[in-house]
Amino acid sequence: MALKILVTAKRVEDPESKIRVKPDGSGIVTDGVNYKLNPFDEIAIEEALRLKEAHGGEVVVVSIGGDKSQTEIRAALAMGADRGILLRHEGPLDPVVVSALLAKLVEQEKPDLVLLGKQSIDDDQNQAGQYLAARLGQAQGTFASKHESLESEAEQKRQPGLKLAADGQRLTVVREVDGGVETLDLALPAVVTVDLRLNKPRFASLPGIMKAKKKELKDVPAASLGVDLTPRVLVRRLAEPPKRQGGLKVADVEELYKKLHEGAKVL
Amino acid sequence: MTNVLIVAEQSNGSLKKSSLNAVGAGQLLAARTGGQLHVALLGQGVGGAPAQLAALGVTVHVAEHAALAHGLAEAAAPVVAALARAVGAGYVGGAATSGGKDLLPRAAALLEAAMATEVLAFAGDGAQVLFRRPMWAGNVVADVELATAVKVFTIRPTEFAPAAPAAAPGEVKAVAASVDAAGLKTRFVSFEEVKSTRPELTEARVVVSGGRGTKGDFKPIEALADVLGAAVGASRAAVDAGWVPNDWQVGQTGKVVAPELYVAAGISGAIQHLAGMKGSKVIVAVNKDPEAPVFAVADYGLVGDLFKVLPELTEKVKAGK
Repeated sequence: MALKILVTAKRVEDPESKIRVKPDGSGIVTDGVNYKLNPFDEIAIEEALRLKEAHGGEVVVVSIGGDKSQTEIRAALAMGADRGILLRHEGPLDPVVVSALLAKLVEQEKPDLVLLGKQSIDDDQNQAGQYLAARLGQAQGTFASKHESLESEAEQKRQPGLKLAADGQRLTVVREVDGGVETLDLALPAVVTVDLRLNKPRFASLPGIMKAKKKELKDVPAASLGVDLTPRVLVRRLAEPPKRQGGLKVADVEELYKKLHEGAKVL
Repeated sequence: MTNVLIVAEQSNGSLKKSSLNAVGAGQLLAARTGGQLHVALLGQGVGGAPAQLAALGVTVHVAEHAALAHGLAEAAAPVVAALARAVGAGYVGGAATSGGKDLLPRAAALLEAAMATEVLAFAGDGAQVLFRRPMWAGNVVADVELATAVKVFTIRPTEFAPAAPAAAPGEVKAVAASVDAAGLKTRFVSFEEVKSTRPELTEARVVVSGGRGTKGDFKPIEALADVLGAAVGASRAAVDAGWVPNDWQVGQTGKVVAPELYVAAGISGAIQHLAGMKGSKVIVAVNKDPEAPVFAVADYGLVGDLFKVLPELTEKVKAGK
């Protein structure tokens, strides 16, 4: 019943960093920007570890990028993943290329489950998991969440939110959708993308960090997988969104009501 | 000529409002490319939704099948892809709802198409369409080219005007949906609707939201919302704490809203929350902390305790009615 899980670990700009656009609109200013593991991927890794702790198996973490993406793989290994694969690729990535590379890796590794963040917080596309499921002809469960809150007892006990059937062949996914909560039952192997409220990721322990240094990290040139790496999503120009003219303060409710009622006429 | 296919959504036989915005976007695109606009509607028991779409003057393709009843992407994506090929669509799009975001990337993969998510506008010149979309939680707006024969997209509904009724209704065509129901690897188990007497968050004229400052007590938020006929929203902090349901979350990772009036109470204004409400016409912020970042985007900021300010405002509104 052991599960083999492939999970993604993309290197992205720290969400706490101030993102500024270069004056010529060709990209973002990277000076002074910190990088970290995509927060949605971090939740995917946590879920993979919980599933392994509950059912046994192996967690393989993959990142696509340059040398520096090893940092994010090591972070996942420090959390408890078993081994890492760097698909070495410099230059822009889009979901078309990423999903094609991951599909090749799935052919080689044959995981029971691929877990990904629902989106990466740089391009915010929310596509790679769905593309991957289509390429593999597998079931997809996007935006995985759970009924229990992040303050619940189940969460304190680090129980997986994804529920494996007794026969180990199917997985139940609770999804956050517009207007409610949907539950799907997926035949394995399957692809699941995770939303924010699936779990609270653990911090890596010091022994975990020490152990991670000795874990296997395979370095594979992306070009060796026989995938067309030509980008299909071409970012032509970046700009900062128009600023809102805010900042006006009112003294009390009386004044606020008057502004809204007589000024803006929204009340 | 490049035709456009918009995938509309219905729920219990009624067209989703966001589909009107998606059709509106499709009309803009068809005008740019000089192509025809087609609309797809998938499901089972689609009721009056095809007629609602036809009233917009567009050709509606209705695919009804038991396996399409719950909008499973695995079942629907091949139907959308087949229809896109049949009508010669160079553009395939829909609204960036949870359904659209689940289905359209899967359909895009089957069409070997690249895709743009949460499109805010169509940029570029003439038939050279660039997709304007947010990146980095809305801190950056990008003009993106999709370098594939077929291009797929979802639009942010608040950014496109809904399609208007046309003088002459469009044609409604039934599509024979070939779905291998027995071969599906996804099974629908259940849907638990979050029932509310308040308007839908993304469609409300007024939204009142609460955050960490409520300390879990949303009564003053809800009381104000109810006198205003408003929807209730929340910051991620309030949702993560389990104080309110997940689907109340406003933000880049929750719902993007653009009401006429947005009241943020006890919300500090993290970037990701602001990204979900910056498009509102008028923003009011109530917060004890005069340095809270939310004040920078608020048209009217009031430094004070929401537990005093909101009941007072609620009484004012009641008295003014």
